[in-house]
This record gives sequence, structure tokens and C-alpha cells, in this order.
Amino acid sequence: MERVRDLASEKAAVIFTKSSCCMCHSIKTLFYELGASPAIHELDKDPQGPDMERALFRVFGSNPAVPAVFVGGRYVGSAKDVISFHVDGSLKQMLKASNAIWL
Amino acid sequence: MNSTSTHFVPPRRVGIYEPVHQFGMWGESFKSNISNGTMNTPNHIIIPNNQKLDNNVSEDTSHGTAGTPHMFDQEASTSRHPDKIQRRLAQNREAARKSRLRKKAYVQQLETSRLKLIQLEQELDRARQQGFYVGNGIDTNSLGFSETMNPGIAAFEMEYGHWVEEQNRQICELRTVLHGHINDIELRSLVENAMKHYFELFRMKSSAAKADVFFVMSGMWRTSAERFFLWIGGFRPSDLLKVLLPHFDVLTDQQLLDVCNLKQSCQQAEDALTQGMEKLQHTLADCVAAGQLGEGSYIPQVNSAMDRLEALVSFVNQADHLRHETLQQMYRILTTRQAARGLLALGEYFQRLRALSSSWATRHREPT
Repeated sequence: MERVRDLASEKAAVIFTKSSCCMCHSIKTLFYELGASPAIHELDKDPQGPDMERALFRVFGSNPAVPAVFVGGRYVGSAKDVISFHVDGSLKQMLKASNAIWL
Repeated sequence: MNSTSTHFVPPRRVGIYEPVHQFGMWGESFKSNISNGTMNTPNHIIIPNNQKLDNNVSEDTSHGTAGTPHMFDQEASTSRHPDKIQRRLAQNREAARKSRLRKKAYVQQLETSRLKLIQLEQELDRARQQGFYVGNGIDTNSLGFSETMNPGIAAFEMEYGHWVEEQNRQICELRTVLHGHINDIELRSLVENAMKHYFELFRMKSSAAKADVFFVMSGMWRTSAERFFLWIGGFRPSDLLKVLLPHFDVLTDQQLLDVCNLKQSCQQAEDALTQGMEKLQHTLADCVAAGQLGEGSYIPQVNSAMDRLEALVSFVNQADHLRHETLQQMYRILTTRQAARGLLALGEYFQRLRALSSSWATRHREPT
């Protein structure tokens, strides 16, 4: 859990993914399109991956555990939440507020 | 269970070829009628005719005379009664005339049957779209040909048929009230109902995707012109915005800006989902082609591909979620009256696509 928090606040935008997860790929692509360059942590490549996956599920209710998106160190949500925030424009505002993008 | 299932596939699959069989059969009966025609009589009156000739009742001209018995009769009698030649010739002419009339009537009858068949085919198509094939309670689909008998899909097709009917009704209602006078509270409840109706479709699709995601993705439940625009089991929200934008009432500058931003957001989200789908296709192809191709045993490959495919359902749901959120956001941007006009325009756009599909489907079948 500590490790999730540490990694999540390391950068303005952080996404926990798995290398095999295609929806994660979509969410990453969306962030790149918005001009952000999020830190990507692939849980299936990390020795502590399973622990972090459990933490994401338990603490943030992220189900499925990935993708799990953090902006400005705060949990934004899963793919569904990210799309909602993107459509109503608030994702962009969050990214601006935490200096993940400037425009 | 398998015997029932194999039983059940042919009606739908072979449906396309059935007309060919029909025509084949008619062709044969046509041939046999032609051969009857050379005798100038339909089957059922051959015998009385022959009897009459045997009895030398030659005044009878109502039936044909060109068949073999007639010929025999004619040759036998000419030497004795030369004037009979004229009578025979007249009878032959008469018989030939009648034969031509019968042939004409027969061809006309064939033509009518052809039109009837086309009509039946169209009805069958329509019924199929409304999901009138019988579900038989088989719940396994391990052999992959089961989308026709999956009860979840059968229920979805039925529900979708009702859904379209209800949508048509709502469009009519919106059209009527927008032409008349209606207060904003009533209009808002109509608009909210129409929105809920779309959300209901997303809910239906989500449970259908659980039953058979390939069926939902294929768009088989939609008409062909609608399928042409298919993107992950439905329409691209950005396409719809593009189509609808000129049909809204006058928008304020702020509204225009909001709608443009929304369109851009939609496009970005669509691109992102499309790229995820592409990755899914790549990994699936890699999965299926893993190991040595051609060695004959591929159960592990198929199993691991099955696991990958699970992700497909989440893409259909996510795409519908994007559609859902886009509708909501439009409603936030627009006034109630503008939203009502927008929903009317959207509904009529779908109606026109459905009309286009059926016109296109019947274009070659018009009698020339």
C-alpha cells in the first residue's frame, strides 16, 4: 500500500497497468493524446505487483484493479471514470491543476 | 444437446439458400409442364381426351390434339377422309393457340409466385430482425455456432425489436409536440424519457455482450446501412455530433464552443478505444498463432485466446459508456427545447438509415 502511494505521487499523472491489458493501453493513449506523459507502472512486471493490485482493489475499490489512474497524487478512478471525466471536461482541468499539462 | 443444436442451425443459416431450392423445384415443375405442353393438355385431362379420340369423337376441339395418340389417329384417318385434314389442321391451330395462352398464364403465375417469394423473404428478414426465431433453452456455446440459439441473444433481439418500435413512437410524439405548444416541464419529461430509452439500449447491449459479445460487435441486430457506420458495436458519438450539429436550433457562442470541445473529446476517446482494440487484435492473433502452426494440437492456444477475448466485453461496455456520457453532456450543454430537437433529429437520422437499408435490400427485386 505504501508503495502504491509513493509511486502514485511520484509524478503529476500516474497509471497502474498490466502489460497484457488492452483497456490500459486505451487509457494510456488517451493521456498521450491530451499531451500528458504519465508514469506507467506495470503490475505484472513488478515483484510487488500482486500486493499493489490487492491494495488498489481494497483501498480504492478499483475493480478491475487496472487501469488505476492517479492525477496529482489523488485517485481518479478506473477506465470508466476516466472516460466520464474526459467527456465532461474535468479530466483536462485536473491535469492542468496538477501541472501534468499546460495548455 | 448437440443433436438439437445442429438441428437448429440450418433454418437460419440455410435461409439464404432456400429461395434457390424453391426456384429449382419450380424449374423442374416448369420443365414437366413444358413436356405436358407438347401434348397440349395438363395431366389430369389426358385420359378423357384419349378416350374420346379412341371413340372417334373428333368434333371435340376443347382439348389439344398434337400428342402421339392424335398423330396416330390423324395418319390413320387421312387416307379415308381427305376433308378431315382441313378439320385437323384447324383443330391443331386452335390447340396451339390455347397452348400459347396456357403458357402465358403459366409464366404469369410463375411471376406472381416470384413476387410472393420476395415478399415472404422480406417478411422473414424482418421477423428475424425482431428475433422471432425460437429460443430452445440451449445455454452452451462451446462450438461457436450458437449465436442463433443463445437464449440471451434471442431475448436481446426480441427486446431490440420492441425498443425500435418504442423509439419510433417517441419520435412521432416529439415531432408532434415540437410543432404545437407545450410547456417546458412536459417537454423535459419527454426529453428525459427519450434519454432513458437510449440508456436502456446500453443496458440491453451490456447483458447481450455477456451472452455473446461477437453478436453485439457484429451489428447483426441492426440494419445494413446502420452496420456500415459500426464502431465497437454501435455508432461513433463524434460522427453523430457531426451529423446533428447543423440541425440544432441556433446555438450561443458558448454552446458552440462546448459542443466543439465535446466532439473533440469524443474523437480522442474513440481513438484511444480503437487503439486498445487494435492491441487486443494483435495479442489475440499472437495467442492463436503461438507455438508451431501445423502440428495439429492447439488446445492451449485456443484456451489462452479465450482468456484474451474476455476483454472484448469491456470494450463494448466502455464504448457504450462513452455514448452514454456524450448524450448526458449534450443534455447539459443544450436547453430543453434544443435537446428535444436534437433527439428528434437523432431519431429521424436512424429512421432514415433503416429506410435506406430496406430500399437498398429490395432494389434488385423490383419487377422490370
